Amino acid sequence: MANVASTTASAGSELTARALREAVFAGLITLGLFVLFVGLKTDQNIRNELILTQRWGLLATFIIVAMVGRFLMVAYAQPWLAQRKATKAAAAEVVKEEGFFSRNFSKIAIAALVLYPPVIVALFGVQGSLKWVDNFGIQILIYVMLAWGLNIVVGLAGLLDLGYVAFYAVGAYSYALLSSYFGLSFWVLLPVAGLLAACWGVILGFPVLRLRGDYLAIVTLAFGEIIRLVLINWTEVTKGTFGVSGIAKATLFGIKFDASKDGFAALMGLPISSAYYKIFLFYLALALCMITAFVTIRLRRMPIGRAWEALREDEIACRSLGINTVTTKLTAFATGAMFGGFAGSFFAVRQGFVSPESFVFLESAVILAIVVLGGMGSLTGIAIAAIVMIGGTEILRELTFLKMIFGPNFTPELYRMLIFGLAMVIVMVWKPRGFVGSREPTAFLHKRKAVSGSFTKEGHG
Amino acid sequence: MTAALLNVRGVETYYGNIRALNGVDIEVHRGEIVSLIGANGAGKSTLMMTICGSPQARTGSIHFDGQEITRMPTHEIARLRIAQSPEGRRIFPRMTVLENLQMGAGLDNLKHFNEDVEKVFTLFPRLKERQAQRGGTLSGGEQQMLSISRALMARPKLLLLDEPSLGLAPLIVKGIFEAIKTLNKKEGLTVFLVEQNAFGALKLSDRGYVMVNGRVTMSGTGKDLLANPEVRSAYLEGGRH
Repeated sequence: MANVASTTASAGSELTARALREAVFAGLITLGLFVLFVGLKTDQNIRNELILTQRWGLLATFIIVAMVGRFLMVAYAQPWLAQRKATKAAAAEVVKEEGFFSRNFSKIAIAALVLYPPVIVALFGVQGSLKWVDNFGIQILIYVMLAWGLNIVVGLAGLLDLGYVAFYAVGAYSYALLSSYFGLSFWVLLPVAGLLAACWGVILGFPVLRLRGDYLAIVTLAFGEIIRLVLINWTEVTKGTFGVSGIAKATLFGIKFDASKDGFAALMGLPISSAYYKIFLFYLALALCMITAFVTIRLRRMPIGRAWEALREDEIACRSLGINTVTTKLTAFATGAMFGGFAGSFFAVRQGFVSPESFVFLESAVILAIVVLGGMGSLTGIAIAAIVMIGGTEILRELTFLKMIFGPNFTPELYRMLIFGLAMVIVMVWKPRGFVGSREPTAFLHKRKAVSGSFTKEGHG
Repeated sequence: MTAALLNVRGVETYYGNIRALNGVDIEVHRGEIVSLIGANGAGKSTLMMTICGSPQARTGSIHFDGQEITRMPTHEIARLRIAQSPEGRRIFPRMTVLENLQMGAGLDNLKHFNEDVEKVFTLFPRLKERQAQRGGTLSGGEQQMLSISRALMARPKLLLLDEPSLGLAPLIVKGIFEAIKTLNKKEGLTVFLVEQNAFGALKLSDRGYVMVNGRVTMSGTGKDLLANPEVRSAYLEGGRH
């Protein structure tokens, strides 16, 4: 296979013939597989009789996709992969100096995010920017924040938490209820929501101190459900499934984002639009994300962060090294929960409405999936995974051309979970440790003193 | 009695209802190397773990440096500077060698870190070559060196070693035993070591204890035990390295 690329013309035509043959086989297999599933469909007509609908067109689409796919795979993809493998094996491992882009990746990313709203407004106009800033920007940033928070618990401390959405709910409801009952402002309630969520983190932490792995996962899963059921059934306070609506908006140093005379638009002399509030929320979410990232990065280098990572590796060794595993676990839960709480109160202020519907298990699963896909412990990887997963969902809504293929009743969003599942399997096969699976070491010898130059390089790894 | 650095008196330890230690008395004095030998399941590792407080002794007492530690939680015992290289090494596999050492140095006090790292690197030059490598990628012998080094980073008053020779090639075992000897001679480090490799351990030790079925049946200087016909027939003949 290795010398396929350097083949003569006859070998090339041989390859095409083989590809065609395999494509036909693939088509036949597809026909056999799908003729009854796709080609024929049973329906009930108006008199409740069973009738057979024939869908040969759809079946043909399936077969064509399979055949073309197989042909391309055999004729182009496989030789290309084989060639790449051969060149890779032939070429000696060259250690590449990191490029400008990868060295300054986080700085570039932050700059891009800061510039994102103005660019979008310039491209799509003030009203047109709404969708891009809100659905793509804010939505993704919320999940980045949540995933970074969960990363502390799962990625750093290695405690598998399937009920993380509970803290998100605590944060959201803290803001929703305290603001509608006591009229407190967002800026007061943001830290309060974080603190309350942290408290709940400790409350969850205590009973699960002795648990690890699967057992911990089950208990945290139950905890998430308990919080949701309490929100549904404690109707006097939470209004049950109706949810809390009319939640006060956030203000910028006391300036409201509304149509009033002293509102933001009026003060700035801009036309009234809800887009300004969304852009404000975008920057707010970005700031909260940056805080989360900053705290996580700092904590990793501090004793507590190192204790978390050691705890993930080996609990018994931790204890024999003088680490108090009880406080270590509790602080991990509390810190993770706190960021969940921040994200929750932000979610409430952005949505203006919270109901238990938003805090189902699926949310926990999605957040956990982002953490795992991104590569546990890696902030960059998790951010990329959040963009892919959440942005991907939003893009599915936009793919109207799929309707032309699969008929007008086709709603791509419904296939979201199917596609997620597929994407996850592929990523896990291809990169079992997630997008960014490597771990940045936190210990270096203090280079300037007593250590030679060559030695220092080693330490940086 | 109180002069001993570690003083174990009448300790009984249970796993559920099963008694693993049956009234063990052991003393370790400052500057000594003491080894505990015995067959599989004799309770050697249990004694080691009982000293560290997990599991805790049901009866009897353990004193360290004049302080009772019988009922202390493990992490507080560790903070009294009893460092342990546990059975199976238990290094942190995804952390680099340096990070492992940093964990051993204690979380709050990294003042002596560079100095101590240099010290363990002189003791085990192999670790110096591999300092940026992840712990899990080291060979067994290197992991054992790392485990001992990590324990040494705490500047321990007492070093507990649980089967440092387990699963290692004789040459590496020899190197590790030599390193222990050096530490003891140069720094006056007190070492309590549990070993299956009775010959190597007793040769290295000032004193030794023999454990059978959760009980100490014999004790004496390393030389005496090596010469003892019972010890020879039970632990040495055939198993000699």
